[in-house]
Amino acid sequence: MKKIISFNVNGAKQELYLDTRKTLLKMLREDLELMGVHLGCGGGDCGACTVLLNGEPVTSCLVLAVDCEGAEITTVEGVQQNSELHPLQQSMIEKGGIQCGFCTPGMVMNSLALLRENPQPTEVEARQALSGNLCRCTGYAKIVEAVLDTGKTMTNSKEV
Amino acid sequence: MKTFEHYAPDSIEELLEMLKSKPNAKLIAGGTDLLLQMKQGTAQPETVISLKNVEELRGFSVSKNGYRLGAGMTLRGITRSNELTQNFPGLVYAAGVVASEQIRTLATLGGNICNASPSADMVPPLIALDAVVQLVSNQGQRDLSLSDFFKGPGESVLKSGEIMHSIFLPQPSGNMIYSKHAPRKFMDLAVVGVAVRLAKKNGKINEARVALGAVGPVPFRAEKTEALLAGQTLTTELMLEAGEMAAGECVPIDDIRGSAWYRKRMVKVHVRRNLETLR
Repeated sequence: MKKIISFNVNGAKQELYLDTRKTLLKMLREDLELMGVHLGCGGGDCGACTVLLNGEPVTSCLVLAVDCEGAEITTVEGVQQNSELHPLQQSMIEKGGIQCGFCTPGMVMNSLALLRENPQPTEVEARQALSGNLCRCTGYAKIVEAVLDTGKTMTNSKEV
Repeated sequence: MKTFEHYAPDSIEELLEMLKSKPNAKLIAGGTDLLLQMKQGTAQPETVISLKNVEELRGFSVSKNGYRLGAGMTLRGITRSNELTQNFPGLVYAAGVVASEQIRTLATLGGNICNASPSADMVPPLIALDAVVQLVSNQGQRDLSLSDFFKGPGESVLKSGEIMHSIFLPQPSGNMIYSKHAPRKFMDLAVVGVAVRLAKKNGKINEARVALGAVGPVPFRAEKTEALLAGQTLTTELMLEAGEMAAGECVPIDDIRGSAWYRKRMVKVHVRRNLETLR
């Protein structure tokens, strides 16, 4: 079965005719070519496919695209502002929070959701919030550092 | 994954009507369990009915007698509710230790219950709080104590055409705490889940609830342990004895997460610890 679905992705309206079996992850990659959405485990365990669905972080591998009618979706491609990297992205680079880069988009999206809600998280809060994102390279320390640093430098939570 | 039809009704009435004509349809709320089963091929529904547009299921209301939580409330929503944090901190804690932020955004309270996993984190706390679930179908509604809802792993008393509408929590008496035993603090299933509620009067326990998860085919109340505690003053000896008794009441299995032997011992430890916290 196929269905027409309309939603908003990174600020742009989209209308697609989709197989009901398609996950949000596959729709974003295959139909909209947003390759920043990474397929890791496909079972909600690794967090590499994290996007914001109506402002809240979700593992897009566990969402049916047809269940997103009317939704606002943000992927890592929609994070930069006026073609400049978001402070969190900049901080990830500066602190060495990126190695192979596979987990990075998911880390950025989930951290962004955290910082919007809690602009100055403690280390424990940051680690708890990111517990659903696996990274096999960095050992997490530098990622957490990048998140905490972004929180400190961005005093105005609205900027996040 | 097999192809399926997908519907998203806007109201309970429309949903129940749809369920009547498609009795084998699978309901999808958060989808964090169902979609996984569909990917693995263990569930192959021909029809999937989404609960996303049924606003009524996400409701939350407070009355003189207690609180009504819509089955469609997300676990993230529960962790962000000031009202629930104030009145049911133990329940909010349990919601916060399920999987990850991303999963909690999707996962619903009703889904955690209806999936009928013996290790569901929301269930022991709800049982300890004397939760009553409201089930609705075309034939009407029925209220059922949550401890009578489960039949076995993955099985509940939900009939074809029936859905879980909401969960009612009476005004809490005493404090309830939940502790989860798992190798990881997050992103893990409970090896053992223990919820304890004690209401005290003049230094004595006048009501005790001990609800256990992941140590039997269904989450259940350790009634002998509750009886042991009722009317008593909480002493160190009594806490140890209660731990022993609860371990004796559970019927765990050996599986990948832990042996039956280990689970019994962890029940003993967690019951005692929770009682200590509540002393």
